[in-house]
Amino acid sequence: MISHRSTTKTIILSTIIFLSFSFGNIAKAQDGKALFSQNCAACHAIDKRLTGPALLGVQDRWPDQKKLYSWIKNNQAFLKTGDAYANNLYNEFGKVPMNLFPNLTDAEIGAILKYIKDWKPAAAPTVGANTPAPEGDSTLLFGILTLILAIIAFTLMQVNSNLRKLSADKDGEAYPEPVPFWKNKAYIAFVTIVLFLVGGYFTTKGAIGLGRNKNYQPEQPIMYSHKVHAGINQVNCLYCHGGAQDSKHASIPSLNVCMNCHMAINEYKGPKFYTEEGAEVDGTAQIKKLYEYAGFTPGKPWDPSQAKPIEWVKIHNLPDHVYFNHSQHIKAGKVQCQTCHGEITNMDEVKQFADLSMGWCINCHRETKVQFKENGFYSIYEKYHEDLKNGKIDSAKGITVEKIGGTECQKCHY
Amino acid sequence: MSEKKYWQSFGELNNSEAYQQSAKDEFAEELPVEANDKGFLESATPRRDFLKYLGFSTAAAALAASCETPVKKAIPFVNKPEDIVPGVSNYYATTYVQDGDVVSILAKVRDGRPIKIEGNELSPVTGGGTSARVQASVLDLYDTARLRFPTIGVGADAKEVTFEAIDKAVGEALLAKSLNVVILTDSITSPSTKAILGEISAKYNTVKHVVYNAVSYSGILLANEATFGKKVIPSYRFDNAKVIVSLSADFLGTWLSPIEFAKQYAKGKKINEKKPEMSKHIHFESVASLTGSNADERYLHRPSEAGAVALGLLNAINGQTVSVSDPKLKNQITKTAKILADHKGEALVVSGSNDVNVQIIVNAINEALQSNGKTIDWSTTYNTRQGIDADFAKLVDDMNAGNVGALLIYGANPAYTWFDADKFKTGLKKVAVTVSFNPKNDETTQLCKYVIPDHHYLESWGDAEVKTGHFSFLQPTIAPLFKTRQWQDSLLKWSGSTSDYVTYLKTYWGNKVGGENGWNKVLQDGVINPSATSFSSATFNSSAIAAATAAIGSAKKGGKFELVLYEKISVGVNGASNPWLQELPDPVTRATWDNYVIVSPALAKDLLKIDLTNNGQADAYEVQPPKKVVKVTVNGKSVSLPALIIPGTEANTIGIAIGYGRTKEIGKSAEDTGKNVFGFSSLNAGTINFSVADVTVELTDDLYKVALTQTHGQYNTAQGNRTEIMKELTLADFKKEPNGILEDRDKELAPYGGLKDFEKNGTIYPYYDKPGIHWGMSVDLNSCTGCAACVVACHAENNVSVVGKPEVLRFHDMHWLRIDRYYTGDLENPKVVFQPMMCQHCDNAPCENVCPVAATNHSSEGLNQMTYNRCIGTRYCANNCPYKVRRFNWADYTGADSFPDNQVGIVNDVVLNMNDDLTRMVLNPDVTVRSRGVIEKCSFCVQRLQEGKLKAKKESRPLLDSDIKTACQQSCPTDAIVFGNANNQHSAITIARTENALRTFYSLEQLHVLPNVNYLAKVRNLDSEEKDEWLKDDKKEDKKAEPAEKK
Repeated sequence: MISHRSTTKTIILSTIIFLSFSFGNIAKAQDGKALFSQNCAACHAIDKRLTGPALLGVQDRWPDQKKLYSWIKNNQAFLKTGDAYANNLYNEFGKVPMNLFPNLTDAEIGAILKYIKDWKPAAAPTVGANTPAPEGDSTLLFGILTLILAIIAFTLMQVNSNLRKLSADKDGEAYPEPVPFWKNKAYIAFVTIVLFLVGGYFTTKGAIGLGRNKNYQPEQPIMYSHKVHAGINQVNCLYCHGGAQDSKHASIPSLNVCMNCHMAINEYKGPKFYTEEGAEVDGTAQIKKLYEYAGFTPGKPWDPSQAKPIEWVKIHNLPDHVYFNHSQHIKAGKVQCQTCHGEITNMDEVKQFADLSMGWCINCHRETKVQFKENGFYSIYEKYHEDLKNGKIDSAKGITVEKIGGTECQKCHY
Repeated sequence: MSEKKYWQSFGELNNSEAYQQSAKDEFAEELPVEANDKGFLESATPRRDFLKYLGFSTAAAALAASCETPVKKAIPFVNKPEDIVPGVSNYYATTYVQDGDVVSILAKVRDGRPIKIEGNELSPVTGGGTSARVQASVLDLYDTARLRFPTIGVGADAKEVTFEAIDKAVGEALLAKSLNVVILTDSITSPSTKAILGEISAKYNTVKHVVYNAVSYSGILLANEATFGKKVIPSYRFDNAKVIVSLSADFLGTWLSPIEFAKQYAKGKKINEKKPEMSKHIHFESVASLTGSNADERYLHRPSEAGAVALGLLNAINGQTVSVSDPKLKNQITKTAKILADHKGEALVVSGSNDVNVQIIVNAINEALQSNGKTIDWSTTYNTRQGIDADFAKLVDDMNAGNVGALLIYGANPAYTWFDADKFKTGLKKVAVTVSFNPKNDETTQLCKYVIPDHHYLESWGDAEVKTGHFSFLQPTIAPLFKTRQWQDSLLKWSGSTSDYVTYLKTYWGNKVGGENGWNKVLQDGVINPSATSFSSATFNSSAIAAATAAIGSAKKGGKFELVLYEKISVGVNGASNPWLQELPDPVTRATWDNYVIVSPALAKDLLKIDLTNNGQADAYEVQPPKKVVKVTVNGKSVSLPALIIPGTEANTIGIAIGYGRTKEIGKSAEDTGKNVFGFSSLNAGTINFSVADVTVELTDDLYKVALTQTHGQYNTAQGNRTEIMKELTLADFKKEPNGILEDRDKELAPYGGLKDFEKNGTIYPYYDKPGIHWGMSVDLNSCTGCAACVVACHAENNVSVVGKPEVLRFHDMHWLRIDRYYTGDLENPKVVFQPMMCQHCDNAPCENVCPVAATNHSSEGLNQMTYNRCIGTRYCANNCPYKVRRFNWADYTGADSFPDNQVGIVNDVVLNMNDDLTRMVLNPDVTVRSRGVIEKCSFCVQRLQEGKLKAKKESRPLLDSDIKTACQQSCPTDAIVFGNANNQHSAITIARTENALRTFYSLEQLHVLPNVNYLAKVRNLDSEEKDEWLKDDKKEDKKAEPAEKK
C-alpha cells in the first residue's frame, strides 16, 4: 500500500475529481474554499507542507500568473517547457507528479487562489452550538388547569349531592343516602371509559412506534463529525459511502478510505464543534483515535494488516423482511442523500432523520417522479409516454414511482 | 386426444372412494380440534383456561415487545479489497468435482460466502446445465459433519494434531521401511495431480496408483479395449442420433455424463412446428428409471436377459434369428432392430451394463449401425471413469496377503461401497500406514490411522480434464472454513517438494496458457476448450464377439425374482448426508428420505397381496404412509426394506437404490435413512455386477413409513381436475392434425368467447392494462426430462426450508417447485409425463380474492405477490389454489421465532441442523427467511427480477433477456424453461410462445385464472395414438376382472 502511495493518491484524487464532475448536481458550489477542499486539500495545506508545498503566498512565488494557471491545469505539460522554478519544485518534492486539472476553468482557479490569498489562520473559537431559547411549552399548564377544574367540578358535584340530601331531609322527603363516589357506578363507568380510551391511545401509539427509532443518535466509538467532513470540507458523500451507487448497502467506509486523507491530515484546525451534550470535541484527539484503530504512527509507513476494525453503531436499521437498495435510489432514481438522511452536512453527530416507517416510504413513492424520459429503461412504457404527450397524464404530476408499481408489496418484501 | 386418462396415483386411476375423499379434504390429517359431547368446558383445554392463556400471552407479548431495541453494530472492512462491494455478488468460475463427475460451474459469492451454484455456459460439455447434485453441493461446504482438523489414531484414539506433526509422522512412516505404497483414488481427472502422483512415485520406489469407482464402468472400458484396443470411453453424441436405443443406461439421470447427454437429447426432442421431426428413443430396462420414463417406447425385460437382448438386437440387425424365448420381447427386439437398421449412421445404442460381454455386443451393434465416428466420437474420450474393478479386487487381495505397506485413500470409500466390504476392512487392518484424505469421517476414514481432511471443492485450487482437451479449473471461492488441506499439498510435502499446490498448479499451466495474463483469463472463464471438434472413429476388431456371444449364451438364468441395484439421481453414491438431496422427491418414485424395494404392480399382487385394481387394497396401500416391508436375501445376506409399487418395472424384478444406510458420522440426514445394499453386488468375471439373477423376496409382518409426495396436493373439483392439466400427443398425430391442441382449447372455451376473447369475456372482473413489463414463463414438456435440478436450485436460491421426514409424512413438504409425474396407459408399463409445477402467477388468481388481509395480491408486472409479514396464516389461499403450489410453514423450521421451544419435539434433528450457524451461511441474504405460520410459494425469483431491472435502469436501457434468469431456468440442462417479459415482442418468452403456438397450452385454462406460465405439449415419437383400451372401459366391474398382464 505504502510503496504505491503516490499511485493510490493519484487514483483517489482522480476518483474525487471524477465524482465531483459526474455528480456535479450534488457538488455545485463554486466558491474557492469548496474548490480547494475538493481538488487541492488532499495534497496541499495552506500553511503546511504535505505531499505538496504549502500554498500560502503561492501567487507571490509565481511572478507570471499565466504560468501559474497553466501549471495548475497541466503541470506535466508545463514541466516540459523547461521552466526552472517548476522543475526545481518538481525535484524538491521527490518527482511526485501533481494531478492534472484540465477541467478547472480560469475563473475557478482564480477563486481558489483568492481563497488562498484571503486565508487567515483560525481565529478565536467561534461560538458553539446555539443554545436554544427555551420554548414555551404550555401543555403542562393546560394539564394542571384541566386537573384543577376537574377537581373543582367533582367537589361541586359532591357538594350538590350533599345539599340535595340536606334539603330533602329538611323537607322530610326520603332521599337516598348519597353513594360514596368510589362506589358510584356512573363515576366508575366514566373513569373506566376514560382510562380505556387514554390507555388504548397510548398502547396503539406505542405499538405502531415499536421498532421505529426516529432521532436515534447513539454515541459512536469515534466522535466523527459529518458536518466537518461533508459540510465544512465538502467531501462528496459517495467518496466514503461508495456502496450507495453500486449496492444495496451504502456501506460504512473501510479504514483505508479514512487513511487515504488522514495519513496527511493529522490535526484538526477547523471550527470548534460539540457533542450533543454540549461538551467540546477535540478533533485532533479523534484523529488520534483513528490512528489507534489503524495502527498508524504519523511519519511512518502505514501497515493496514495491523489495523483493528472500528465497531460503529448502526443508526438506520430496517427490519429483515424489508429489501432496500441504495443504488436503486441514488443511481436510478437520482434521489439526494439528504432526502432520507436529512441535513447531514449540519450534523456533528448523526441522528436518524426519518422514522423509516412503511408509511414514510410509501408516501414518498406516491409523490416522487421517476426519471421517466431520461432513463432508457422506461421506454418500454409506451402507453404512458403517449398519454404524457397527449395530456392524458398530467405532466406536472408526471409518472410517479407508484404509477410503475412502486407501491406494490413485492417491490420491497421478498 | 382428450380421451386419454392421466393419473398420478392408483386411487385416481380407479377413482376410489378414498381418493375422492382425499381430494375433497383440505388437510391430510384430522385437525386437532378438541370437542366432545359435553361441551368445551369439559375438554382438555376448557374455555376459562383458554382465556387465561390468552391473557397471559398478551401480557407476555407486550412485555417482550417493550424491551429495549437492541444496539446493532456495523463493522466495515479494515482494508477493503478493490473488487468486493458489500451487498453485491461476485461470480467465480470453478469446477464441481465429486464421485468422478466433473461439471464446470460458476459460484455466486455474496459477501465472502458461496451461496449458489450456476452452470458455466462457456463449457461446451454442459453448456450451462447443472444437476440436482451439483446444485446441492454448496450445502456440503457448510456441512457441520465435515472433519475439522487432521487426526492421528483410529476411532476413539483419534487425536487432533497439527499439519507439521502429521507430515512428520506420515513422512517418517513412509520412509521407515521400504513400504509398498498404494494410492487409492477415485478417477483422477486433474492433469496437475497426475503430475504430482508421478513425482511421489519417483520419491518412493514402489508407489502404485489404483483407481476405484464405486459405480464402475469397467465393463465398457474393457470391452473397448477388446474391440478397439483402447481402454477409454468415447464421447457419445445423442444430438446426432435420430434413433437412440438404451439398454438400461440411465443416461438422462445418472449414467456417465447425464447433464451433457440431457442437453444433447433435448436437441433431438425440440420440435420445429413447421417441420415437425424428432429423434426416437427406445428404452429396454428392468426397473423404472428416469430415462426409461422419458422414452418414446419402453420395453421391459428381466435383468438376466440383458445379454440376450443385446445379442438379439445384433442378430436382428444382421438379419439373423433372435433367440429370446419371450415372444413379446422378441417382437420388440425385432421391431427396434428394424428401426435401427433403417437409420444406419444416425443411430446410437448405449448400455448401462457393467458386463464386458454385453458391452462388446453393444460395440458390435454400433459398428453394424455405422455409429462409429458419427454418433460416437473417438477424438474426445472421458476421463471421469477410469476404475477397473479387477485392479481393486487385486489390491484387496494384496492387502489381505500383507503385501501393502501404506494405503493413501482419496475420494474412495470401499468400506461402504465395495461388495465385500468386510474383506477390505480385514485387509486394511494389515496395512501399516493408512491415510485418508476424505472430507468426512466416512466408513473407510474411520478405519484409517492418519486423517488429513481435504478441502471442499469450493475452497480448492485445481484443474480437471473431463474429456480429452476439455479443461476446467477450480479456484477457491472462500477461505478454508476448517483446518483442512488439499490432498495435493500433502502429496507434494511428502514427495519432498517445497512448493505448495497453488504454485505447482500455476507453474504447471504457466506456459501452456500464456503466462500470468493467460492464467487469469483461464480462471475467469473457468474452462479451456479444444479449438476444433473433428469427429474420429476407431478401428473395430470383431474377434472378441464370438467369445462374448458364447459367454452370454452360457450366462446364469434368472431365478424366480431378480434384483437390480440402481443409482438415484438425487443421493447417488455420496449424497445421503445432504438434506436437500434427501428431501428431493425422486422423479420416478416421488419418495423422499429413504431407499426401498421397487416392485411391479404384478408382483405387488402376488407378493404383497395388494391388487391395485381393487379399490380397497389400492387405497390401503396408497393412503397410509406405512408400507409393507419385504426381506430381500442374496447369498445369505438379507436386508428388509419397505416395498413401493412402481409401474414400468418388469413383473418379477425388484429394484433397490444404493447410497443409503450410511454411518451416522457423515451427517444427521444420513442417519437412519435406508439400508446399504452394495453388499448385494458381486464381482463377476472381473467386473462388478449390479444386478442379481436370483434373489429371495419374502413379505414380513413389519410396516415402515415412507414419505411419498405423490398424492400430496390433490385437486379434483367440478371445475377442473389436476390431470386435465396435461396435454400430450404423438408425432404422427401432430403431423396429421397440427392444430389439434389449439382447436381443443378453442372448443373448450367456446362458451366464453373462444380463445380470442376468453380473457375479457370469461369473467365478471374488469380488464386491466398490462403496461411495461409482464413476466411470463414457458416450460417445454418435450425437453423436460424430470431431472429435478430446478427443484434443488429453487431450494438454494429461495431459502426454502428442509422440513424433515416426519413433516413430509404429514404432507408438509415445502418445495416451491415440484415435478409432477403423470401416468397414462397400461398399468404395468405406462407412459410417463413429467410436469414441473410451480406458482402459475395467475392474472386472475383465485388465491388473491380470498385472503382476508391482502397478504397475497397482484403486481402490475403480473406477479402473484406473497407478503410474508402480512400473512396471518388462514391458508384460505392454499385451499383455493387449483395448482396446489402454496406451502404453509406449519412449524418453526427456520428458527425464526423468538421462542426456541416452538421447535422442540416438532421438527427433527435434520431441520435443527439446518439452523446451525454454519449451515445458515448458505442462506441467500436477499430473500426473507420465513417464520412459522405463513404461506410461501414460488415468486418467479423476484429478487432476481428486481436485480435485473435495476441493472437495466442503471445502464439506462430497456431490459434484455440476458439480464434475468430464474434459478430453475438457469439450472435446467435442457433449456426447457424460458422466462422473460411477455410484453416485449422480441423477448425469448414471446418467441417461444409464438414459434410453438400449436403446442402451447395453459394448465386448467378453463378456470379463467389466466396463468402466466404456459406449457408446450409433450410430443411422443410414436406412429399413432395408442388407445388406452384398458382405461377407456367405463365399466368398473370389467376393470377389476381383467388381469393387467393381458394388455
